[in-house]
Amino acid sequence: MQAIPIEYYLVLSGIIFSIGTIGVITRRNAIIIFMSIELMLNSVNLTFVGFAANFGDSSGQVFVFFVMSVAAAEAAIGLAIVIALFRIKQTVNVDEINILKW
Amino acid sequence: MWNDLLMGSPVYLSAALAIIIILVDAFSGKNKSLTFYFALISLIAVGILSAYTMNMHGQPVPEGGFSNGMIAYGGISAVFDILFVIAGILTLFASQSYMRAQNVERKEFYSLILFAVCGMSTIAHANNMLILFVGIEIMSITFYIMAGFFRERFTSVEAALKYFLLGAFATGFLIYGMALIYGATGGLLDFEAIGAKMLTGNVDFLYLRIGFALLIVGLSFKVAAFPFHQWAPDVYQGAPTMATGFMSTAGKAAALAALILVTKAMLPSNFDPALISDKIIEMTDFTTDAKWLIAIISALTMLVGNISAVVQKNVKRMLAYSSVAHAGYLLMGIVSNSINGWSGIVFYSMAYMFMQIGAFVVVGIIEKNDGRMDLKDYTGLSKTNPMLAAIMGIFMFSLAGIPPFGGFPGKYMLFIAAIESGFTWLTIVAVISTIISIYFYIGLIVYMYFKDSETPMTEKFGFSKATLTLVISTIFVILLGIFPTYLIDLVKGLF
Amino acid sequence: MILGTLAIGSAIVTIASRHPVRSAMALVLHFFMLSGLYLTLNAQFIAAIQILVYAGAIMVLVIFVIMLLNLSNEEKLKLKLSSRYVLGWVFGSALAFLLMTLYITHSSFSQFNQETAAAVGTVNNLGNELFTNYIVPIELIGVLLTVTIVGALVLAKKKLEN
Repeated sequence: MQAIPIEYYLVLSGIIFSIGTIGVITRRNAIIIFMSIELMLNSVNLTFVGFAANFGDSSGQVFVFFVMSVAAAEAAIGLAIVIALFRIKQTVNVDEINILKW
Repeated sequence: MWNDLLMGSPVYLSAALAIIIILVDAFSGKNKSLTFYFALISLIAVGILSAYTMNMHGQPVPEGGFSNGMIAYGGISAVFDILFVIAGILTLFASQSYMRAQNVERKEFYSLILFAVCGMSTIAHANNMLILFVGIEIMSITFYIMAGFFRERFTSVEAALKYFLLGAFATGFLIYGMALIYGATGGLLDFEAIGAKMLTGNVDFLYLRIGFALLIVGLSFKVAAFPFHQWAPDVYQGAPTMATGFMSTAGKAAALAALILVTKAMLPSNFDPALISDKIIEMTDFTTDAKWLIAIISALTMLVGNISAVVQKNVKRMLAYSSVAHAGYLLMGIVSNSINGWSGIVFYSMAYMFMQIGAFVVVGIIEKNDGRMDLKDYTGLSKTNPMLAAIMGIFMFSLAGIPPFGGFPGKYMLFIAAIESGFTWLTIVAVISTIISIYFYIGLIVYMYFKDSETPMTEKFGFSKATLTLVISTIFVILLGIFPTYLIDLVKGLF
Repeated sequence: MILGTLAIGSAIVTIASRHPVRSAMALVLHFFMLSGLYLTLNAQFIAAIQILVYAGAIMVLVIFVIMLLNLSNEEKLKLKLSSRYVLGWVFGSALAFLLMTLYITHSSFSQFNQETAAAVGTVNNLGNELFTNYIVPIELIGVLLTVTIVGALVLAKKKLEN
């Protein structure tokens, strides 16, 4: 198998990270913002795995493992907050959540 | 092995006790004070252990210990541990009566305080980016929950959602920065190893720059510094008042501990002259640029925080903006990148903790359960509750940095440290913004003492456990103001 | 190459789609693509975990919540050209442009060694690492997950005492 240079992976992860950032800033649906954040975390994982493969070092892959656990924990908390919010006010649009000024 | 366990014990013990307290909670049934006292004892135990391990720094990290060199021992980490524990105890006392006044006493809050202390001491003990990341996440997730703790109230849940979305966003930047640093240094996560490798010049400075910048951006979110300060006023206003006091003091101190760890390792100030080469020039360039980046963040944070605080009508929101401004002052210590600067940070975050938690406790007492937090609600407080007004006055003077109180020596140390490291302009900005800040701190005192209103406050506030918090905070604010040298010398000896 | 293109495509669909369920599905596709990319990097364990954790757990949770809250017709409001929208695109594209130019113009990494990389990514090796050198973070992650359970209960439990 022909090896792909590490830069390709870095560029790819940079692009995905930026897409995630754009998603967080432009979208107004809390759940889609959350999914954009997941995109960002995934691009970080890709960077880590890319570097880990490049250096033949396992600590990058271990870090990815931890990022995934944290992402799972954040998912649980974030969705719990969304549910609590939805119970009070039937919306997940962050523009309608503005008793406190942004 | 045992030494390893003992020296990292504040982290392990707080984690273990935090989990045990859930069990205590589950089996104690309706008895609410049992959980409370258990939490109190746990915090005190962690505090004692931290004090015990404080002088152990400098001892060699045991080879082949199970923490594998990832946990830093003693020294300044232990001082930060003690800070977190004190913040936890103060919050614990105040939160019980606060929750009773709000008719929502739920025991989970006590265990959350312990979890937060665990996360924060993990940060303070981090010797490795992985531990730092896990610690920041434990702390942040606990804070998201605390912010949304009054889940029947819209403001609280709103605060939690905003905190969560922006916090997770910042985490993305933080770990992307870590990933790039990992790549730049050729697969290192350990702070000391990164610093050592940077000195050899055998790293990729371009990736390091981007990575470091992203890391600083991510951490500056956690201290509520300028580009990412927008969440702070909303979250601090919407969250339960006691949680706000805890988050804005201990949380900030933890994030600053993280910044100290990162900058201490990555911006070494002493170069080996034998290594002068192109790479070392890159290294000094990197250090200067990094300092300028933080200095600019710091200056903007102070100005934005104080100027926005001037126009606020709501006391809690005003304190939130002032907490943004204080993040700016504290970042000056990071900019100076010297022992004086770091001990200034430790001293000031200690003093700041007492005054800010104290101020929030007063806000919480006056808030009762009808959410009165506007400046005009404080009119005539000096007549109905002279003690409360006097204590609030002390906290305000201290926050403004007026001499006999704890805020002054801390600010002084940070200003001097910034001048010493050649950032005189930053000190000038800091002095100007301090002068701006006096306006709104004194404004509150004017409301309490010299204004009359149509609806003066009538009820008196009785004694409760929150009073204990107020008394402790007041005593320490005054003590730190009058005898600052003891703590300063202690801290300086530990770096 | 194909995997990368598909990953970018599905990422764009995720953030551009009006319909949350469609977004979520695109994100699942994205996770599968990334998992394929991990395989090309010889990270077998991570590739498996990627699918198990992200596609299997997190996305199921997300879709479950979307269904539970019945958000299907939520975002009918037009995406108007607000300042935030412009800001987001400008900031995001600037970031992407910056990162890309830097990565492309600045290549200092050698070709990676397939054999060592393959040895690193095995379950055996990672398991060893996780439970010997990284035991403290593992325990701390346990604490983190406990906090999460407590928090999810505090925030979303149906009935409150008092």
